[in-house]
Amino acid sequence: MLVIGAGPAGIAASVCAAESGSAVILVDDNPRPGGQIWRAAAETENGGSREKQAALWLDRLRKSSARLLLSTCVVARLADRLVLAENKAEAIEISFGRAILATGARELMLPFPGWTLPNVFAPGGLQALVKSGFPVEGKRIVVAGTGPLLLAVAAFLKSKQARIEGVYDQASWGSMIPFAGSVFKRPAMFRAALGYGASLRSSPYRCGWWPVSAKGTDRLQSVTMTNGTQVKTIECDMLACGFHLVPNTELQSAFGCVLAVGKAQVDEWQRTTTDGVFSVGESTGIGGLDLALVEGQIAGLAAAGKSDHASRLFQKRNALVKLARAMDRAFALRPELRRLAQPDTIVCRCEDVRWSSLQGQQSVRPARLYTRCGMGPCQGRVCGAALQFLFGWESAGTRPPVYPVLLSTLIREPHDLYKEKP
Amino acid sequence: MSEGTYDCIIVGGGIVGAACAARFAKEGMHVALVDCLGAGLGATAAGMGHVVVMDDSPAQFLLTQYSQSLWLRLAQVLPPGAEFEQCGTLWVAADGEEMDEVARKHTVYDAHGVPTRILNRDALLALEPELRSNLLGALLVQSDAVVYAPLVAKFLVEEAVAHGARVIDGEIAAIGSGCANFRDGRHLKSLRIVNAAGERAAELTPGLPIKKRKGHLAITDRYSGFLHHQIVELGYLKSAHSISEDSVAFNVQPRVTGQVLIGSSRQFDPSTAIDYAILSRMLARAVHYMPGLADCSIVRTWTGFRAATPDKLPLIGPWPEDESIFLATGHEGLGITTSLATADLLLAHFSGVAPAIPLQPYLPARLSRMAHV
Amino acid sequence: MSSLLKLTIDGSELEVKTGTTVAAAIMMRRPGFRRSVRGELRGPVCGMGICFECRATVNGRTQQRTCQLLCEAGMVVNTDE
Repeated sequence: MLVIGAGPAGIAASVCAAESGSAVILVDDNPRPGGQIWRAAAETENGGSREKQAALWLDRLRKSSARLLLSTCVVARLADRLVLAENKAEAIEISFGRAILATGARELMLPFPGWTLPNVFAPGGLQALVKSGFPVEGKRIVVAGTGPLLLAVAAFLKSKQARIEGVYDQASWGSMIPFAGSVFKRPAMFRAALGYGASLRSSPYRCGWWPVSAKGTDRLQSVTMTNGTQVKTIECDMLACGFHLVPNTELQSAFGCVLAVGKAQVDEWQRTTTDGVFSVGESTGIGGLDLALVEGQIAGLAAAGKSDHASRLFQKRNALVKLARAMDRAFALRPELRRLAQPDTIVCRCEDVRWSSLQGQQSVRPARLYTRCGMGPCQGRVCGAALQFLFGWESAGTRPPVYPVLLSTLIREPHDLYKEKP
Repeated sequence: MSEGTYDCIIVGGGIVGAACAARFAKEGMHVALVDCLGAGLGATAAGMGHVVVMDDSPAQFLLTQYSQSLWLRLAQVLPPGAEFEQCGTLWVAADGEEMDEVARKHTVYDAHGVPTRILNRDALLALEPELRSNLLGALLVQSDAVVYAPLVAKFLVEEAVAHGARVIDGEIAAIGSGCANFRDGRHLKSLRIVNAAGERAAELTPGLPIKKRKGHLAITDRYSGFLHHQIVELGYLKSAHSISEDSVAFNVQPRVTGQVLIGSSRQFDPSTAIDYAILSRMLARAVHYMPGLADCSIVRTWTGFRAATPDKLPLIGPWPEDESIFLATGHEGLGITTSLATADLLLAHFSGVAPAIPLQPYLPARLSRMAHV
Repeated sequence: MSSLLKLTIDGSELEVKTGTTVAAAIMMRRPGFRRSVRGELRGPVCGMGICFECRATVNGRTQQRTCQLLCEAGMVVNTDE
């Protein structure tokens, strides 16, 4: 069994499958397991319940028979049950009976003037960088955008001695309140929210505010925010701005799985439309840690033939899916965010394609072929999600390799290269 | 719904159809261009965008040479995004037999007034240090160019519109007897319907001797200074690209971005999916000629279909089996190069004017008659 | 628990804790270290290998996504700056 992605969903799937007797290979392109939310989990100083949960799962993974392949990136599907991966400079072919795709999510970034300045980050991105050794002590940080990640990241940065100048969510109080209601009903989430509230009590938390521009010369110096009527400029060192998450579905596409609204379509067993391929966690729809863990367990058990055990988790999973939908509604993006970019605002970072070039294009394919938008190394991962929101353009799907690879990785032995010519 | 009558309906908005639309409209013809993908977004976008003089046959030489001269004129008015670069082509020789071929080509090109230079090993490596050091030499064709074809197609369609052409978004299901029938029930009438549908040409005109020849391409990240000329192996013509087998040949092209575009492969396979086996062979061949490519990062791979005829020459002119149908297709790997000449020759035929080069070798009748022999 | 290691970034030596990524190490010196195709100064954004803004040359290999690379003793890193 091949599990791709060692975040919570992939870890849960691997552990359950391995404990049920399957031979499991768990692959991740990071140097350590944990994905984003459990990044460097073993090294956190806090002994909170979330950290204990991460430690327990990582421990179970270590003790299981699952084989971990880290710093390894799956880049292409060579055949029904065979993938090509790259580890540093080596090509690896992995054959498997069943695959569980736990590819996670990435943050949605929307273009606004100055968003490409150094020291403007995605919230999860800044958190990841800090967990990877980047110091933020004493730095003045504005957190903006939308989604539950904002508070979590702000609290984390505060714990690393950053000065949080404010947390600004574009969602209005009105849309947040029903979601807040669901949070009250879930003790773990409620405790977390209280925790954030306590640690951030000296920083303003505003709903219904969004960024107008970021300014600076060689790095960020100030951010201007608005709520539609008032405008406020805040001097700061860093901006962590992201508009919630979108599923990573490139590998699902490569496996021929049907996607719906940017998510992998799965049945109650987490099976995709491709035989032998499961998808779990954020890739099936943004739903947070608890849902990812349950879905991972369901798929791991189901793939290993333990369907009875798996089905006992359906109710919990379905309840969490409902909560996830509530979260989507709470953090829905307001239309003003479609009008932040100025004509010279960069939309495609890889190729420096500006907003003005994209006016008048019809869809992703002509935009790409006529302006180069999406032709760079990220292959539309950053700008594509933005274009979907800004213009309603459906992604055109990816071409292999799913991530850039060394040319030598695509050369498979043997070859008749040196044979005599006819 | 039925539209008014046009002097000419062109089916297919790729580089060939776009060139025809622009040329005919400029001449005052009332043109309708029907396209469903977007100008230059089909095979035109998938290919290598070379503008090369090729000498597989005298007729091919004349066509590519004439078309290249038209490109050099057009290049002066193209937008910067079209990235027309006269970087030249290096035909590289790996052994004595190929060096003889270099000498032969040099004579032929020279006789036709196309300047070329024979390079020995040292001169070749001075121009392209990334080539492996045990090649024997090359023929440099300085006038050859590369271009980013999708934006040229878009430019040509805009030119056509500026001269009164009508662009109609729609998919044609069938053409014949002066009528172009859309899949959605619309139809258009004209005494002249040009089939410029490339890989789909045989679907629209049954009996066309066209096969879809799949090719793979790979593009690297930006490595400015790695490659300066288009480079092709001479084996390209000899063993690698026979009409019927799966084959690969070394062919690389520098893009203005500093990316290296790597080809080429040929096979008959209807699937658009990447064939990793042939891709691997193609890339191995590239590394064989330019070892440094092995360490370059590949950002994307894709496939496309060439419209291939049995005799490596395109079909330009009237289709004997229906007097309303004219062909502008079957260009195989030379669609971009010969698009402009195709438009020019077809226009000459419509006007009853003598063409710049003889049309006879490209007339579809040659293959229609062949089919009956 | 974590020890220190030395690596070279744009010719200067830097000492970091093990477990630090190359991106984090570079940013200790300067937040922006890559030039976009039109020459704009850029720095890491997504922290997870998606945006490609953190690329630098590591031990002679170009186009490396430094947010996914752990620092190693003796590593030589070169950026656009």
